[in-house]
Amino acid sequence: MSDEPVIRFDDVSKVYSLPGGDVVALDHVTLTVEPGEFVAVMGPSGSGKSTLLNLMGCLDVPTSGRIFINGEEISRMSDDVLTRLRRNHIGFIFQQFNLIPLLSALENVEFPVVLTERRGESRERAIRVLRSMDLEEELFSHKPSELSGGQQQRVAIARALVNEPELLLCDEPTGNLDTKTGTAIMDLLRLENGEGKTIVMVTHDPKVAEYAHRHIRIVDGRLV
Amino acid sequence: MIFFDFARRNIRLHWFRSVLAVIGIVIGVIAIASLGILGNSLVLSITETISDVGDTVIVTPHTGAAAAGNGPGPPGGGAVTSNTISERQVGQIERAVGPNTVIPLAQGGDAIAVGSETGAAVIYAMPVEEMPALLDLADGIYPRSTGGALAGSALAAEFGMQPGTRVQVGSNASNTLRVVGVIEERGVGFDINPDFALIVPHAWYSDVYDEEEYDQVIVKVRDVGDIDVVKAAIEETLNRRETVVDVLDTRMILESLFQVFEQITVFTLAIGSISLVVAGVSILNVMMMSVSERTREIGVMRSIGTRQQDVLRMFLYEALILGLIGSIIGGVMSIGTGYLVNAVVLQRPEFLFVPSSLVYILYGMGFGVATSIASGIYPAWKASRLNPIQALRFE
Repeated sequence: MSDEPVIRFDDVSKVYSLPGGDVVALDHVTLTVEPGEFVAVMGPSGSGKSTLLNLMGCLDVPTSGRIFINGEEISRMSDDVLTRLRRNHIGFIFQQFNLIPLLSALENVEFPVVLTERRGESRERAIRVLRSMDLEEELFSHKPSELSGGQQQRVAIARALVNEPELLLCDEPTGNLDTKTGTAIMDLLRLENGEGKTIVMVTHDPKVAEYAHRHIRIVDGRLV
Repeated sequence: MIFFDFARRNIRLHWFRSVLAVIGIVIGVIAIASLGILGNSLVLSITETISDVGDTVIVTPHTGAAAAGNGPGPPGGGAVTSNTISERQVGQIERAVGPNTVIPLAQGGDAIAVGSETGAAVIYAMPVEEMPALLDLADGIYPRSTGGALAGSALAAEFGMQPGTRVQVGSNASNTLRVVGVIEERGVGFDINPDFALIVPHAWYSDVYDEEEYDQVIVKVRDVGDIDVVKAAIEETLNRRETVVDVLDTRMILESLFQVFEQITVFTLAIGSISLVVAGVSILNVMMMSVSERTREIGVMRSIGTRQQDVLRMFLYEALILGLIGSIIGGVMSIGTGYLVNAVVLQRPEFLFVPSSLVYILYGMGFGVATSIASGIYPAWKASRLNPIQALRFE
């Protein structure tokens, strides 16, 4: 990996135009995330945490300023190019787990691989990654609705990792889990970070934030 | 093919509403196919019974003039208009058409009796010498004198007539004729329909019924290409000052008849299409429900790297599967319903098995699939255009 930061925000603003007037979600934010970092983004609700994460995840483009992911500027990319960037370089982990209900646990993990050109080995890769998540093998064929929250989040992490992205973006990964399960999930994430994955995690739980090496505080769209 | 698999699973998951949507398509396909088959079979069955080729010109009294004749006489005191054609007019027609055969005939109906069996029959009267030009015999000979008659095939069968049978016409026992020949079955025609009729010599007819004039004149044209010339000549002779007779040729009648059939077929197909449109709306509805229920799922799929076109494809597959299932079931069932409508309406189920009928099943299926896909386009497009962030936030 070059010394290029995984994420670089250069004077980024995001303004949402709503019927009641413009809402400034991010106000001239400049930051970088280096490879291998574990960053916790903290702040009260409505502070712009989610907007920050969405921009990092190439789900949205900034109103002004420039965002570089692995050195590539995203604001002028087409939807297809952004989608490919997400698929190959970014893994998402959500508070709601967000597994696809029509697919089994294994198929959920397999899905991102099927979207790539490496279809042939998708099944083996999915099994390999899902095994490393400490999930009992008889659950592989279960539908998400038949799994507990912790099990679902393990499947979701496996899905996020299966295409070997450089960057993991987590939005309150333990928010829907009890403390014990949450700790287990955080241990999994720490493990991944130890293997070199860059992780950016949004949380409002100080205990969870302790896993991170660096904390970013955000209030009213500005870093503090 | 994972997106095809998605579509398949989603249909299975929501099997009940999928079944309803499929039923709509099935009904639409059956409606189009059955109505198309019926229309086509109708044309076939009528074509089959029509014996005419386009070589006949039919001259009939102008009906409008006949109606006007009830009021004050025609202005200028021209030719007397009536609802018959006179001997003089027949002579004019003969001169106008040159070498072509002119057959004047009168038409009536009366009670008949054969032995102790009584009934009624249509009676055509024409000069004995013209009978061979118009009628083919199955049995016996053509009448040579005023005492002989010909029997239509169906009439002969009903009354057991054979050459030699004596038949009484009307209530007067002295008015009898001897059947000398039986006419070959002829089917429906535009000139005469002799199958249920008794053909009598015109001399005998005018004697018994005191009716000198004719109801129509049939001109058999030797060369079909001359039809327009013959028609023009008759019009020129008789209708110069006012319309006295109507001149029709069978070719024209056939053409306008088939035109009507075509319109009927188009009309019935249009009715069938309505049911398919309804089916399309129901698919649209099912798909819109599917899109809004799966908004969050679409957001997830988009966020982990599914392209817009893949989402579009997934929903189009869903519409395609519904359409294919509906069309295949509908197509198979159309064979049954097509057979049934032909059997019930026409009593001729075998008309289903000709290519020009069967092709309507393919039409119906094609329209079924096309309607489904068309109904799926908007929901699929909407799904693919969802903003991933908003879709993810959707509860």
